[in-house]
Amino acid sequence: MESFFSRYKGLLVLGIVLLVQLIALATQIHRPTVTAGADARSDGHHVRVVRLAIAVVVAPVERALTGVGHGTRNLWRNYVYLRGVRQKNYDLQAEVDRMRLEQMSLLADARQGQRLQQLLGFRQQYLYKTVVAQVIGTSGSDQSRVILIDKGSNDGLKPDMPVITPDGIVGKIREVFPDSAQVLEMNDQTAGAGVILETTRIRGILRGNAAGQVQVIDLLPDDRIKPGERVLTSGGDQVYPRGLAVGDVESIALDRQHPPYIALTLRPAANLAQLEEVLVITETSGALSAPGVGSEAEMQRSMDTAAGALPTVDSATGTTTRSATALHPDRFTPGTVPPASSMRPGEPKPESH
Amino acid sequence: MALNSTLTRHENETTFHPVVLVVVPILALILQVYVPHLFPHFVLLDLPLLVVIYFGITLRGQVAGTMAGMLIGLVQDAQTGHPIGVNGMAKSIIGYAAASIGIRIDVDNTISRMLLTAVFTLANSILIYIIERRLLGFDGQWLWLRETARILANALASVVVFWILDRLRRKG
Repeated sequence: MESFFSRYKGLLVLGIVLLVQLIALATQIHRPTVTAGADARSDGHHVRVVRLAIAVVVAPVERALTGVGHGTRNLWRNYVYLRGVRQKNYDLQAEVDRMRLEQMSLLADARQGQRLQQLLGFRQQYLYKTVVAQVIGTSGSDQSRVILIDKGSNDGLKPDMPVITPDGIVGKIREVFPDSAQVLEMNDQTAGAGVILETTRIRGILRGNAAGQVQVIDLLPDDRIKPGERVLTSGGDQVYPRGLAVGDVESIALDRQHPPYIALTLRPAANLAQLEEVLVITETSGALSAPGVGSEAEMQRSMDTAAGALPTVDSATGTTTRSATALHPDRFTPGTVPPASSMRPGEPKPESH
Repeated sequence: MALNSTLTRHENETTFHPVVLVVVPILALILQVYVPHLFPHFVLLDLPLLVVIYFGITLRGQVAGTMAGMLIGLVQDAQTGHPIGVNGMAKSIIGYAAASIGIRIDVDNTISRMLLTAVFTLANSILIYIIERRLLGFDGQWLWLRETARILANALASVVVFWILDRLRRKG
């Protein structure tokens, strides 16, 4: 018996190690809780502790490396790379003069805009409270699109907070540690968001795929969707505020896994491959809206449409009537065909629409 | 000479300073998460995998190879957004296999090392694909182009990485 164990010691150890990890994996699959409005796979307590322990060791080193990298870069920019500075100075001066003229023109437009905004009673649209964070690392794997930032719970960060750049959304906070946090990028396979196409107003679900592309899925084929169309956050996922830029439609193809649905591949607005600094939205205003998505006019139009589709009760007679008028009435539309009691045998058919 | 007997193995026992055994995996793990931030294509390289393969084939202990693979894999998992254990399981098997093969093959030959690295890189990707798709239910895709690039990148990098690690080992 002893010789059996000593002979197959390596294989037995491998078996035990695999079994333990298999059980650990199974625990993680059962344990996650899907938070409301988010598809984040929250970790159990023990898994969080492991991630925290690793982050506590790794994050300071990465922060130091990033600091050294930036220091070297600044040294190069400020002291070493001085060639052509005089010429650049002349060029910049010329550009400043040109921009001053442009600024005067823009100032007039801005004042006009402010007046119009006050006139229409628009609400302030970007009342976000943000925290600037620096990207200090990645997951180191192309199967998991996660980045590490240098801000954590000590800076007020919480899981599921949206992360953006001035160009567009990046992802959302996945795990928060005291001085660092993991951000799940929108092109990760487990990421998701509610989106809307800017011009066609078609809503869809954003997902990442194995190749690291960003896709909008669960859409029925529609001729109106064209490459180049802008995609914005819809706000339906209760994570990302409405109207933030997601990207542009790059290609349209049949979703092989879920026919007959189509999948739109996007060109992300934010450069996900090389992120230096990001903004974490820690607070948003009560009613977020952005131009083109949550405008008052659109809200009013939606309410009118909804109201028109609902039956109304006539207070005088107590009968229920439909006030809706069909956009393209046909012979099946109520009211377009006379009642049967008024028709006579042999009479020609009423004209169909 | 391609093959070595187990007798030769005992004559050429390889050991490392304990500091090397600790620092090298940590350095590989830190570089793996830091460098892709500067050079995104670096993500094709798997430095921790190279370290597991190297320690496996040079230390030639199946238990040591398995444990090294498991620990390095688990730390890698902790830094991803995926459940912990995916890389842990894959690299445990790679560590065991590398140690098993290291007993039988001349692992000091550069061509053998490159071929071994290529095979283990492919095996690692297949294992992760199976674990993620079959056990975790992810909608994973097998991308041949990416996997080929990964195999080539790791095989070429192994020449440099193994050469550096060779300087750190001491023969008994």
